[in-house]
Amino acid sequence: MMNSKPSWQVLLALVLCTIAMATMPMLASEATAPMSNGTTTLVIGLIALSGVASFAMFSGLASAAVLFVGAHGAAWLLISGISGNEGTARMPYFLLLAAAWLLAWRCVAVLSAIRPVSKQVRTFLRLLIPAIFGAWILIIWEAVTRGAGVPFILLPPPSAIAARIGNSLPILLADVRQTIFKAVLFGYIVGCASGFIVAILADRVPFLRRGLLPIGNMVSALPIIGVAPIMVIWFGFEWQSKAAVVIIMTFFPMLVNTVAGLTASGHMERDLMRTYASNYWQTLFKLRLPATAPFIFNALKINSTLALIGAIVAEFFGTPIVGMGFRISTEIGRMNVDMVWAEIAVAALAGSVFYGVVALIERATTFWHPSVRGGRA
Amino acid sequence: MLMTVNQATATSVGSAVVEARKLGLTFQTNDGPVRALSDVNLTINKGEFVSFIGPSGCGKTTFLRVIADLEQPTEGTISINGMTPEQARQARAYGYVFQAAALFPWRTIESNVGLPLEIIGLSKAEQQERIKRTMDLVNLTGFEKKYPWQLSGGMQQRASIARALAFDADLLLMDEPFGALDEIVRDHLNEQLLRLWRQTNKTICFVTHSIPEAVYLSTRIVVMSPRPGRVTDVIESTLPTERPLDIRESPEFLAIAARVRDGLRAGHSYED
Repeated sequence: MMNSKPSWQVLLALVLCTIAMATMPMLASEATAPMSNGTTTLVIGLIALSGVASFAMFSGLASAAVLFVGAHGAAWLLISGISGNEGTARMPYFLLLAAAWLLAWRCVAVLSAIRPVSKQVRTFLRLLIPAIFGAWILIIWEAVTRGAGVPFILLPPPSAIAARIGNSLPILLADVRQTIFKAVLFGYIVGCASGFIVAILADRVPFLRRGLLPIGNMVSALPIIGVAPIMVIWFGFEWQSKAAVVIIMTFFPMLVNTVAGLTASGHMERDLMRTYASNYWQTLFKLRLPATAPFIFNALKINSTLALIGAIVAEFFGTPIVGMGFRISTEIGRMNVDMVWAEIAVAALAGSVFYGVVALIERATTFWHPSVRGGRA
Repeated sequence: MLMTVNQATATSVGSAVVEARKLGLTFQTNDGPVRALSDVNLTINKGEFVSFIGPSGCGKTTFLRVIADLEQPTEGTISINGMTPEQARQARAYGYVFQAAALFPWRTIESNVGLPLEIIGLSKAEQQERIKRTMDLVNLTGFEKKYPWQLSGGMQQRASIARALAFDADLLLMDEPFGALDEIVRDHLNEQLLRLWRQTNKTICFVTHSIPEAVYLSTRIVVMSPRPGRVTDVIESTLPTERPLDIRESPEFLAIAARVRDGLRAGHSYED
């Protein structure tokens, strides 16, 4: 019932359709393959019909399904209609695109309001909602760059980037291997591990805590751009110099977080360990490190993205002829913007997977923490 | 009043578990020194159930912490089973129950109860045996695999008592263990604690600020008063060992409670 009342998104979409009809045609007269009247009617019909039908549906799911089909069908027709006619789109094209987007918005809003009982459906929805969201960023990007004929060098459409990724898989793989599997992974592991170990040492040895931490804060403020070329001089052009930059970048977040986390266990818990005559290491392993875990994972997550940035930027300062940063800096010089975007896409994907893996391990390890189990302390 | 204190300290020195002589503790704070304890003379004998009662700041918790070697006295002497508090702590002579359950949320109930046993370094089999026994003692059988946050407050506090009992020290120090629980749960736990005390024949030091709780549980009630923290009265309970909950309506019970209340008032504890 809740979805049967008209929503402003759908109403606005209908208004946009009406304006679009009044300002036809969709494409300028110089278009080489103008859209047929049939296609135009189909787009408007899809948007209008699915919009109106969504009011009539009694279940949220049915309403969302109708909106989903209408919005994406219309978007598909618009994008396929513009192919061959790049840069000739007129106002109705963009109005209809906006209308389709509003339907998708309404679709996501309806889906977000659904409270499914079954766990599978809930998981499915949790993945579907951001997927629709992300898809529309790509759809609008594609439709606008092609419809308005945005110069390729400024912003290539996602389809061109995808095609470039498909065509250059071996190069991209080699770059990923060089940058991520060598520099990032090595630097990340060594940087995080050494940050952790130094934090334990600083906890054990008071003079380290007093002396090292302020200096640590200063070093962490060092600009990465300044450090990277020096690392190249010290460690050579190969991946080792990039790993060194990553180590410097990841060391301090881990150090600072672990030191903070080690003080996180409560007084009562520490008194308790004292009443058991527990020694330093027993207290560390049985109380303080488990209590530090949320802080450590925080640092691991921050570092997962920092490491990638560090390695890519470091490759700008001298590298063998492979690597993501190298590819970005050379291909931009050759105006191969699609290759740059392809690398960016791959980096974003790799960074998300990296972050996601760390976050999954965190959920499994700190299941007891109120922020994970969603309960009270 | 003073006479009672002296009488108490004079009795049966041989079986004394805790023995304090002219004990004093002064905290150095930013606002100058604070006398948390002053001239405390007290002997606690084996098998006694001693309650410490008084308003906040009277040093009852501090005294318990001194016994546990969590605070160091600045004057006088104290011995636990003839040892210094430090030695007694190293010998794991006591179990301590805090105001909150202080269970580790990343451990299941049974592994929380087993924590001191792990630290002492008992064998796995011995650990299992003792965990089972103490969980049974506090009626938590069936909740071994649960996590603390899946249990009610009363059950958590029972688990923390089980943890303090697990390594079988003869002395149990309890610092307002039921203070944060509602009255029904509290009555229930008080009953269980008495049963447990009779079963195990342990010496229990129990800090509270509830008069009925102190009178219901104790064989002896130590009344304390603040600024400086000191003992103002020691009351021997005349109640029988077997104590159903409704004993709290008996004239005998009320008489002891009245005396505790008088003792608290005499210490000017409700001024300002």
